Amino acid sequence: MKTIKIKDHNELFQEQTYLDQFENKREFEDPWPKEKVKEIAEWTKTEEYQEKNFARKNIKINPAKACQPLGAIFCSSGFEGTMPFVQGAQGCVAYFRSHLNRHFKEPLAAISTSMTEDAAVFGGLNNMLEGLENAYTLYHPKMLAVCTTCMAEVIGDDLNAYIRTAKEKDLIPKDLPVPFAHTPSFVGSYINGYDNMMKGILSSITAGKKGEPNGKINIIMGFDTYTGDYHEIKRLLTLMGVDFTLLSDASAIFDSPNTGEYKLYPGGTPLEDAMDSINAAATVALQQYSTLKTMDYIRKEWSQKALALSPIGVKNTDFFFEQLSKLTGKPIPQEIEDERGRAVDAMVDSHPYIHGKRFALVGDPDQLLGLVSFLMEMGGIPVHIVCSMGDKKFEEDMQELLSSSPFGSEAKVYSGKDMWHLRSLMFTDPVDILIGNSYAKFLWRDTGTPLVRIGFPLFDRHHLHRYPIIGYQGVLNLVTSIVNTVLDEMDRKTINTTSFDVIR
Amino acid sequence: MRQIAVYGKGGIGKSTTTQNTVAGLSQAGYKCMIVGCDPKADATRLILHAKAQTTVMDLARERGTVEDLEVNEVLLTGFNGIRCAESGGPEPGVGCAGRGVITAINFLEENGAYDADTDFVFYDVLGDVVCGGFAMPMREGKAKEIYIVTSGEMMAMYAANNISRGILKYAHSGGVRLGGLICNSRKTDKEYELISELAKKLGTQLIHFVPRDNQVQRAELRRMTVIEYSPEHPQADEYRILAKKIADNRDLVIPTPISMDELEQLLMDFGIMESEEAA
Repeated sequence: MKTIKIKDHNELFQEQTYLDQFENKREFEDPWPKEKVKEIAEWTKTEEYQEKNFARKNIKINPAKACQPLGAIFCSSGFEGTMPFVQGAQGCVAYFRSHLNRHFKEPLAAISTSMTEDAAVFGGLNNMLEGLENAYTLYHPKMLAVCTTCMAEVIGDDLNAYIRTAKEKDLIPKDLPVPFAHTPSFVGSYINGYDNMMKGILSSITAGKKGEPNGKINIIMGFDTYTGDYHEIKRLLTLMGVDFTLLSDASAIFDSPNTGEYKLYPGGTPLEDAMDSINAAATVALQQYSTLKTMDYIRKEWSQKALALSPIGVKNTDFFFEQLSKLTGKPIPQEIEDERGRAVDAMVDSHPYIHGKRFALVGDPDQLLGLVSFLMEMGGIPVHIVCSMGDKKFEEDMQELLSSSPFGSEAKVYSGKDMWHLRSLMFTDPVDILIGNSYAKFLWRDTGTPLVRIGFPLFDRHHLHRYPIIGYQGVLNLVTSIVNTVLDEMDRKTINTTSFDVIR
Repeated sequence: MRQIAVYGKGGIGKSTTTQNTVAGLSQAGYKCMIVGCDPKADATRLILHAKAQTTVMDLARERGTVEDLEVNEVLLTGFNGIRCAESGGPEPGVGCAGRGVITAINFLEENGAYDADTDFVFYDVLGDVVCGGFAMPMREGKAKEIYIVTSGEMMAMYAANNISRGILKYAHSGGVRLGGLICNSRKTDKEYELISELAKKLGTQLIHFVPRDNQVQRAELRRMTVIEYSPEHPQADEYRILAKKIADNRDLVIPTPISMDELEQLLMDFGIMESEEAA
């Protein structure tokens, strides 16, 4: 039998042939001399460069954010039988799908109306009509959730009128729910896309459903890409005996069991439950910034109590359960109290390695608030906090949190800044640990600061999203990943010294 | 090949002036082409003697994509061998007309509509440069020469100044220059002096003052240029003079647009507008 040896990428490009090729290619690239490149690389570590870097206006380098439709698709894919439907160009949708695939290692179906140049000139009505008809005929969805890319937004496609036209022409059934959200990619980020889509879906499917109160609690996770969090919240609420509706349950599609059979619609929030969410006693969102418009809508239009409570860290989780208990009248069960005790025990065990350590963090606003709160509980010192999608309100909220603890006094909050800004900060004012998504590995490479991967996307390590970061179980996972990163680094640094110890 | 774009306020007479001028140039022996850049697609009717020609975007709409078009389907020949194309565009209120202009011009270029023995290409552009699409003729070194049609009316002058600002923007990157103002007379007070002064302030020249004459309308009713309809009429000569002036024009400048205040001052100086104190 003939065997074909396929060389691994890592070995292949280290072969002499390739090394020579790279070297020879330089002649045509007309590059700066290697010494000059080295010199400039060194210069980028200085205060002088940092000043220039922070004066930078017209370019973003490695910002920790992605665009609105990504959040919208993520939101809609958590509803039963729902096909995300994007009015816009094909490439955008391919990007959203692959971005989510790479994080979850799961497939995701999403439709593009394949707008091309003619659609940009004449408007996307025909694309929408044909797309809706095809999608309905081929994929039999129970709901088509429409959002947009830049192209449709720049030319001003009128989704509401287009969808109505599709129904008037009987291309899709009149009673098929087709909620929509305008999600221009050049405004905000995926947290806003999530918010807009959630509001779009809820306002569309609950129309005319106001009836008897059902006594349930609606739970909205926000743009939470930890499938473990979804399982965790369901477990906790069930333990507590709370009757709830999880609005957009992304764990169904992004953590579906492998049975050998592919399911296009593996579950998600039952539409019937989602339609009845208007009659719930209250809505609790586990993120604030990705649900601002939705929560405002629920308060005003549903006249419902709507609270944003993010249970990351001990204090926040305590507050979450206290509020939930108050809302529902259900006591906090002993089992949860025990979990708290175990989480606190773990914190005490590990705190010598985290207390007094300096941290840089980059990520989404809600996660940053949760993580900073947790770190300060452990005696960690947040130093650089970068939030590319942050705004004034985030800065104020973070500042308030920081001033509530002596460990927060060193921190500076950077809204709208990117990871290249953070790179400067980490050179001029080094820290012990960096927390961020997979793209932060470039900062690890350049500065040598150990990286704890928390956030979105996580492309380069497997299964992290399966472990919750919310609740007391989340505290345990956070302690574990942070302390073990510290210990790994300690081993690396003490190798071949007397301090290279087997007990830590 | 000289590529020339004609801009000006909507309704000022760009299409009429362009077609008559091009008719004049063609009579002088130049090979000319007109590209209409307006969804209304009325920039070539006097040359083709047709209501409106099939536009690039009409056919793109019909076929679903611009790639399925042949250039000879949209490039028609009219009076005296003048070749004509219209970009066309979407229905009012939907889509993006600017993108239509970009698509159409790219199509014409890529499919060899501009052959080497063409002497003049004229772009007749929608009144207001509302977005990047309508600046397409000045971009990427296409039309290097712009003429602005104006009159002694305040808003026409305002538009001329505004267009100059657009030209200035592209002057440094794309090398586009202003060739002059064409005054299409509305018989307003001191019109010649006023536009001459405006031209001076913009750093350019009043290249020609086209007097008002009903012969233009009479010819238009028959879907013809004056030059074709009544070659002996004095108005036909006016367009021939304009054509010659453009052909001979070497006075191409980077415009110096003025502020709104300066423009109003100009009108006050000519006694057309009263100052606020006087009013």
